[in-house]
Amino acid sequence: MKQAFTPGLCVSGGVTVRKDRELAVPGEILVREGDSVEPTQVVGRAQLQGELLILRLSEQLGIQPDEALQGLKVKLGDSVSSGQIICEHAGLFGLLKSRYLAPRDGTIEFITERTGHVGLRLPSKPIELKAYLGGKVISVTPARALRIEARCSMVQGIFGVGGEQHGQLQAIAAPSEALVDEMLPAVAEGKVLFGGHSPSEQFLKTAAERGAVGLITGSMDDKALKGYLGYDLGLALTGNENVTMSVIITEGFGSIAMSERAHKLLSSRAGQNASMTGATQVRAGAIRPEVLIIESGGAEKKGIAEGDGLQIGSKIRIIRVPYFGLRGEVVELPFEQTKIETGAYTRVLRARLEDGRVVTVPRANVEL
Amino acid sequence: MITDPEKLNTILVTDCGSTTTKALLFERRPDGWRQTFRGEAPTTVEEPVADVTVGALNAFQEVQELSSRQIISENYAGQGTPFLITDGAPGQGIDLYLSTSSAGGGLQMMVAGAVKTMSTESAERAALGAGAIVMDAISADDGREDHERVERIRHLRPDIVLLTGGVDGGSKVHVLEAAEILLAASPRPRFGETLRLPVIYAGNSEAAEEAQEMLKAKYQLSVVSNVRPTLESENLEPARKAIHDFFLSHVMSHSPGYDKLLKWSPVPVMPTPAAVGNMVQRFAESKNLQVLCADIGGATTDVFSVFRDAGGQPIFNRTVSANLGMSYSVANVLIEAGPSKIARWLPYQISDSEIRDRLRNKMIRPTTIPQTIEDLWLEQAVCREALRLSLDHHRSLAVGLSGVRQARGIADIFSQKASRYELVDRMKLDVVVGSGGVLSHAPDRVQAALMMIDGFALEGVTQLTVDSIFMMPHLGVLCEVNPQAADQIFIRDCLVKIGYAVAPVFNAKIPDGTPLAEVYYNGERLGSVHKGRVLKAQMPMDQSGELKVQPLHRSVNLSGEPGREWRNTIQTGHGILILDGRNRPIEWASEGSELLRRQVEIFENLGLVQR
Repeated sequence: MKQAFTPGLCVSGGVTVRKDRELAVPGEILVREGDSVEPTQVVGRAQLQGELLILRLSEQLGIQPDEALQGLKVKLGDSVSSGQIICEHAGLFGLLKSRYLAPRDGTIEFITERTGHVGLRLPSKPIELKAYLGGKVISVTPARALRIEARCSMVQGIFGVGGEQHGQLQAIAAPSEALVDEMLPAVAEGKVLFGGHSPSEQFLKTAAERGAVGLITGSMDDKALKGYLGYDLGLALTGNENVTMSVIITEGFGSIAMSERAHKLLSSRAGQNASMTGATQVRAGAIRPEVLIIESGGAEKKGIAEGDGLQIGSKIRIIRVPYFGLRGEVVELPFEQTKIETGAYTRVLRARLEDGRVVTVPRANVEL
Repeated sequence: MITDPEKLNTILVTDCGSTTTKALLFERRPDGWRQTFRGEAPTTVEEPVADVTVGALNAFQEVQELSSRQIISENYAGQGTPFLITDGAPGQGIDLYLSTSSAGGGLQMMVAGAVKTMSTESAERAALGAGAIVMDAISADDGREDHERVERIRHLRPDIVLLTGGVDGGSKVHVLEAAEILLAASPRPRFGETLRLPVIYAGNSEAAEEAQEMLKAKYQLSVVSNVRPTLESENLEPARKAIHDFFLSHVMSHSPGYDKLLKWSPVPVMPTPAAVGNMVQRFAESKNLQVLCADIGGATTDVFSVFRDAGGQPIFNRTVSANLGMSYSVANVLIEAGPSKIARWLPYQISDSEIRDRLRNKMIRPTTIPQTIEDLWLEQAVCREALRLSLDHHRSLAVGLSGVRQARGIADIFSQKASRYELVDRMKLDVVVGSGGVLSHAPDRVQAALMMIDGFALEGVTQLTVDSIFMMPHLGVLCEVNPQAADQIFIRDCLVKIGYAVAPVFNAKIPDGTPLAEVYYNGERLGSVHKGRVLKAQMPMDQSGELKVQPLHRSVNLSGEPGREWRNTIQTGHGILILDGRNRPIEWASEGSELLRRQVEIFENLGLVQR
């Protein structure tokens, strides 16, 4: 008998986290196995190939491809500087010379006889890879990647936007408080703020303007997200948004209080530095946004969501209407499929909610 | 394993999807071939497992438990083939194993050509017909700068690139420019970092040698016949075959665990959409029907069609709307359609912000299911919009090419739209097939019928069917070995015949409530179509008989000829007849409360809500 998979988000202290950090293209890894690294430390460098410009000589000069080739002043592999003559064509009786000048510095990568086009490769750009997670380097793949390990307190959210950030944790509201501008600290430079729910678009913009690098909250509405990003998000594939403050929601869209457990854990680490990312990928091999706070010492604990199956007594939260956002405890797990209000037959559970009601919910609609 | 159709008795088939691997058992019974047992398990192409065969074995295990048939050999220890092959003992083993796959996002391609509405579009049709997702189509007239095209190709990392351009004997310049762009981009393949990316050249045959010279050092190149040898003709099969060959040799064999899976079957693994397309084509051509099929999944919606062209030849087309779906891509439907277009299908009031938040929550928790009837209707409203948008996309690509040769210079080919005509004619459509969870598993078949009528804006008289348990991929690959068995199972166990839609097109000036047509089954009057109303009538179930629709007004069009009666012998199936008098395009009420009143009335008339 297979066990139904019940998703859950990790909210726990004492979690051993391993992060693979990889250069986009081969380069140099600057640390060695066994080294300790800081979150903002540069651990790898590479040169990203520059873009390739196709110089349409014949079209630009109004000549035939073979004439363009005859007038070429460069050859394959040559380095050229911006403004250097690439092609020169002598017009009527050799009097009216037309020239094609290199628009940028670069290297000649190809010359096509048929079209009279020249490929100019621009100089490569340096890229840097930061550690993101402060900890110990446990393995290195030369020129390519490394793995960092650290004991952390970890809070996963359900959805986020914005990339990797690092800052000091600061509570701004209790879990059930709706966020208002007055809750924002006057100076939030380098802070990762947390608490409350339902920030407005203005709240998000003000927090970012005051220098906050992260916000972890319970929920927000679609309108605030759209306003903050400046566009509508089509897929839950995030992490590359052009925002200075990453945002993580722990519950979902709408107006739902922040998870008490997440708030409590973050509160216990307030004042410490945290690494966070809003990167979310809701596909096979899902990636959820996360906050990581390094712990020094202490015993390793199992992440709350890891490996715990759904059973009588399991604490759950309901993630779909009509009980969306409510919490409870499993009191019954009927084996047979049960007919629900829609008319569909599905596997359900019965849960006692915090207000004492016992409700029936499809198993697909709960999280541990 | 046996592949002789005469000797086959038990066949196990899997479809390895992005999230679930579905195994079906097909057995020859005294009354013919039937689908008997089904098992499923999560697909395992991602870390930490990263081996598709693990998920497949789990699905086999479930079939084995349910059927009490020993399928997996007790001696299997991870090497060789896992199956117990039938040796004549009843209830033991299987004769043949087959599979389709769309795991890891399916076959992802880019096409590049000279002119958007010509060679590039032909290349797109070739790739889609082979079961690929076309990630982007690059052409000389797509309005992008060279560096933008280069960045796009590099960023997307396709599995295969199809390069086309120019008619045979025409200009070589555009196709060679497309080759230059490809050369500049140097995309890395998605799987197998050390491999050279497969590129298929199917452009102007006279430029093939030069293109080959340019590309052969960097790419695994295959040169095939031009997909667009002349302005008014296409030749898609050679490119499709090359795509299938590369799919097996380069894409499948380097996906996690597929090296093992490929050895389990004597028949090549097919891309899932290509298998579905196989089945749709076979069904349409064997019954001489014009068919439209939509498979609406969590991330994408595939539309398949077979319509006859101006010369009477059946033409198969497939499109995939890569970002229209019911879970992962549900927010894209929201963005493309807008909340008001979704809300217009609902029999209750809901604010735009509530629609937005609910659909965003579905996006971030895609495996949840509707618990309340209102939430179910909201998902079904999204389905209607996803069907509408994906059919629009399909119609734009499913085109016929005129047979008139026109002398044109290269300067003229940018304005060649006149030589294309739309193939999809809903008035001529015989059967619509719905597939995917929201349609196949709708708690009430009338809901599925209404979603297809609304989403596709069906016209005339159309049979409404759904794929019972998304079996078409399995049957599509079975066609390769035993097409008769596939046909039998398709009709008996796959295709659920819900009933018929009668949706006339008529003069909009006819007053509301006017009877438009009378409907008879075997001479007995079942009801009338009334302007502005949607009604339901019941035919006897599972019978063959004559359906007749008699227009009551000369402008009422049911078959392409206004005023003409529609009459045909039909299979009643579940016997549901939906009489839709909303005209086409649907005449919407301009005022919100009237819109809601009409929607409530439709749901009441069809028995979807209590009066």
